[in-house]
Amino acid sequence: MTDISSTSGTATAEAPVFAGLETRGAHAWFGKHHALADISLKFPVCTVTGLIGPSGCGKSTFIRLLNRMHEFIPGAAMAGEVLHNGRDVYDPSVDAADVRLKIGMVFQKPNPFPAMTIRENVLSGIKLAHLKRANHDDIVETCLTRAGLWKEVKDRLGASGGSLSGGQQQRLCIARSLAVEPEVLLMDEPCSALDPGSTLRIEETIKELAEKITVVIVTHNMQQASRVSDFCAFFLTDGGPGYLVEADSTRKIFTNPTDPRTADYVQGKFG
Amino acid sequence: MTVIYNREDKIFRGIVASGALTSLVVLGLIGIFLFWRGAEIFRDNGIKFITGTNWTVGSEDGIIPNDLSIGAMLIGTVVVAVIALIIAFPLAVGGALYLEFYAPRVLRKALVTLLDLAASIPSLIFGLWGIEIFTRFGERWAILLNKWLNFIPIFKVEFENFGRSPFIAGCVLASLIVPITTSVAREVYSRTPRDLIDTCYALGGSKWGAIRSVVIPYGKSGVIGGAMLGLGRALGETVAVYLLLNLVFRYSFRILESEGGNVASLIATKFGEATEYELKALVAAGFVLFLLTLVVNMTATTIVQRSTPRA
Amino acid sequence: MTATITPTSPTPVEPQTPWSTSRTSRVRSLSILLTAAIVAAIVVLFTGVAGIDGWAVTFFGLSLVIAVARTAKIGPKERKDALMRVVITSAAVAAFVPWVSIFGAVIFRGYSGARINYFTQDMRTTVPDDFLEYGGALHAIVGSLLMVAIATVITLPLGILSGIYLTEVRGRLTFLVRFVVQSMSGVPSIVAGLFIYTTYVYSTQSFSALAGSLALAVLMLPTVARTAEEVLKLVPEDLRSAGYALGARQWRTALMVVIPTVRSGLTTAAILGVARVIGETAPLLLTSLSNTTLRFNPVDGPIASLPTYIFGYLQIGTEFAIARAWTGSLVLLVIVLFLFTLARRFGGKDKR
Repeated sequence: MTDISSTSGTATAEAPVFAGLETRGAHAWFGKHHALADISLKFPVCTVTGLIGPSGCGKSTFIRLLNRMHEFIPGAAMAGEVLHNGRDVYDPSVDAADVRLKIGMVFQKPNPFPAMTIRENVLSGIKLAHLKRANHDDIVETCLTRAGLWKEVKDRLGASGGSLSGGQQQRLCIARSLAVEPEVLLMDEPCSALDPGSTLRIEETIKELAEKITVVIVTHNMQQASRVSDFCAFFLTDGGPGYLVEADSTRKIFTNPTDPRTADYVQGKFG
Repeated sequence: MTVIYNREDKIFRGIVASGALTSLVVLGLIGIFLFWRGAEIFRDNGIKFITGTNWTVGSEDGIIPNDLSIGAMLIGTVVVAVIALIIAFPLAVGGALYLEFYAPRVLRKALVTLLDLAASIPSLIFGLWGIEIFTRFGERWAILLNKWLNFIPIFKVEFENFGRSPFIAGCVLASLIVPITTSVAREVYSRTPRDLIDTCYALGGSKWGAIRSVVIPYGKSGVIGGAMLGLGRALGETVAVYLLLNLVFRYSFRILESEGGNVASLIATKFGEATEYELKALVAAGFVLFLLTLVVNMTATTIVQRSTPRA
Repeated sequence: MTATITPTSPTPVEPQTPWSTSRTSRVRSLSILLTAAIVAAIVVLFTGVAGIDGWAVTFFGLSLVIAVARTAKIGPKERKDALMRVVITSAAVAAFVPWVSIFGAVIFRGYSGARINYFTQDMRTTVPDDFLEYGGALHAIVGSLLMVAIATVITLPLGILSGIYLTEVRGRLTFLVRFVVQSMSGVPSIVAGLFIYTTYVYSTQSFSALAGSLALAVLMLPTVARTAEEVLKLVPEDLRSAGYALGARQWRTALMVVIPTVRSGLTTAAILGVARVIGETAPLLLTSLSNTTLRFNPVDGPIASLPTYIFGYLQIGTEFAIARAWTGSLVLLVIVLFLFTLARRFGGKDKR
């Protein structure tokens, strides 16, 4: 099992604390097609872990295993364990909706609810999950601030969600995910549809978010991975199911990786 | 690309254009002819034609004057169509949501085929079914409605004969228009962006939460368009109403009473033995019906088209 | 030092779906539903609630109660979800039941009244009340086919021309033509009949199959034109460009390149148009009336058709007359079904 948290031998500051989110021997299938094989990964708490690798390696499939979104695809199947705070999220006694409250997700294309205002968008998760919260205004302000959007929209919370720019919409989606107080935030290439300016601002937001929650981000952009993540996991495929090649601190992956394939990838020799 | 048209092409374009224009002309012709033939009626009666409730055919010697107006029938048209819509709309929306989000994969194809087939059943067969099979049930419900809810004026009756009431006609028409509305609604719902629905689940919502927050708002205008298409169909329905209702010329909103009628069935009923003058009145009535359904259908089409994103 | 993962020797792992409802859970749900159904039946038998509709309403109420009971302890979100699931499923059932009832009645009653002479004789020597072994609906079937054929001959060329105008020629009146075709599809069938009555029938002073065909054509044209346009729109632009590049004029390109590719689609347009009008009653009541003898001449006076036949016997109302009406409905439904199946087969045949 690859344990990012045990990086003995190489100089790292403190050994990061284990987050409570890990996978053991995770596999994923779409019908007969074996998409992911034997992924075992531990995610340290309050860090940003980047999942990198060429497209088609199953990185997006993998994070959808983590918050039980994979099962919505007809014909989907899985194997192995996904443990959150020690409990397998696929255990029959676990409510999938509860899992998704604790493990949130931001998608690639910004998708605020078009029929709702900015304020309603932020609160939509609370409404959908029927959570009892007394202080809606505080929640709206807190989440928009953490997403780096409060100053820009505080005077027009009643505007439609679709009236914002692409980067603003994505930050709105981040705020929306934060409102239900997740412990982990999964992000599937959140900046790939945005311009460089918005991208940088969201990367700053991600680093700030990691002070309180754990972030797992799928990215194709290696510079982004090196900028924003503390740890990286490198996925690869030989035409069959995607598998994990190497997982370690970002510094090590980018300067002195163990596996030659990792070295080739981060130097841009393929992918 | 610019194509230069020579004489051959111009002939071709001419032929094609005249073929296309035929459709244009025929529609215009319908309106014009109906108006022209019925113009005398409009001249004689003015607005009273639409608001009055008498249908007295004049005698040949002129002693009894003609007094023909379709007000009662117009009200009847609207009442029956509205009843049909009120019943059909929730069923259509529910049916569409079920097909799109709740039906097990194995069932879905069969049900969609059933839906398409239902949309093609001629309305005559609905009328036959209405008389022979449904009336029994409808009467029972009408009796219950009258028993428990007759403090509401529309459910009061003067004679306890529920079999040929606008309520029953409305129920049968509802079955008739559900297929169209369900098809349109299902089409609209199926186009809801998948990632919006996924986001609802990712936020910890339930299936109904996703439907309520995303699917229904997204499909609102399309579904309303579909409902209006159904309304248009119900307004112009002839045979089913003819078979199920007695023509009674009176303004009546008592939907459980055995009276009513609509403009279409009026035309079908009176046409056979109409005098010359009466025939003109029927034509004028046809013109009014034509206008009414035209407006409803044009509105419906605009709404549906506006809610359809162009690819 | 972090261990690098090399692909382990594949120990076969079985794909699972831990999220799907387990067998025991499904059996449990089914038995609860079954119990509710039986309870509802008992309620119906012993109280004043009557009939299948009474049972259905009781079952619905019980299902709601069960939904609430099962989710009460979990939370408001699950409770609402379970309740709405019952409501939506019930609405769908309520929507489908009438059609199932209609199909069932038509098939059952229509078949039981069918005799071989239904398809070989007309009603010239038979009284409506006669036993079903006498007389038939041959004249009605022939009449319908005759009128529909004439209507198709009229509308198919016009519809195709409209389609070509909208997709190839694209003249100045494009928007108007498209708009008008769209609006025409909502014209009430009685108005179409009235139109032909006040023009053709009035001036020729006769009811006939031709008059009926004209009325049907008015109703058929929008369907044919619209389908033709959609089918022609699907022809890829490069096909046309290839035609022009070979030096062909527009009309040659249209005739020899574009139309042959959509032959099946245009056939579909015609079939759909026919399916649309073959069941129409109201316009025929005003134009072709009805009769009792087999007739092939389209201008020789009133002629029967399946819809007017059914309509007439339904109104007579005696037992055997109604039986004939049901059998006629079965024939009509079978024809419509056949047409739709045909249309579906043709619809998929055009190569893209």
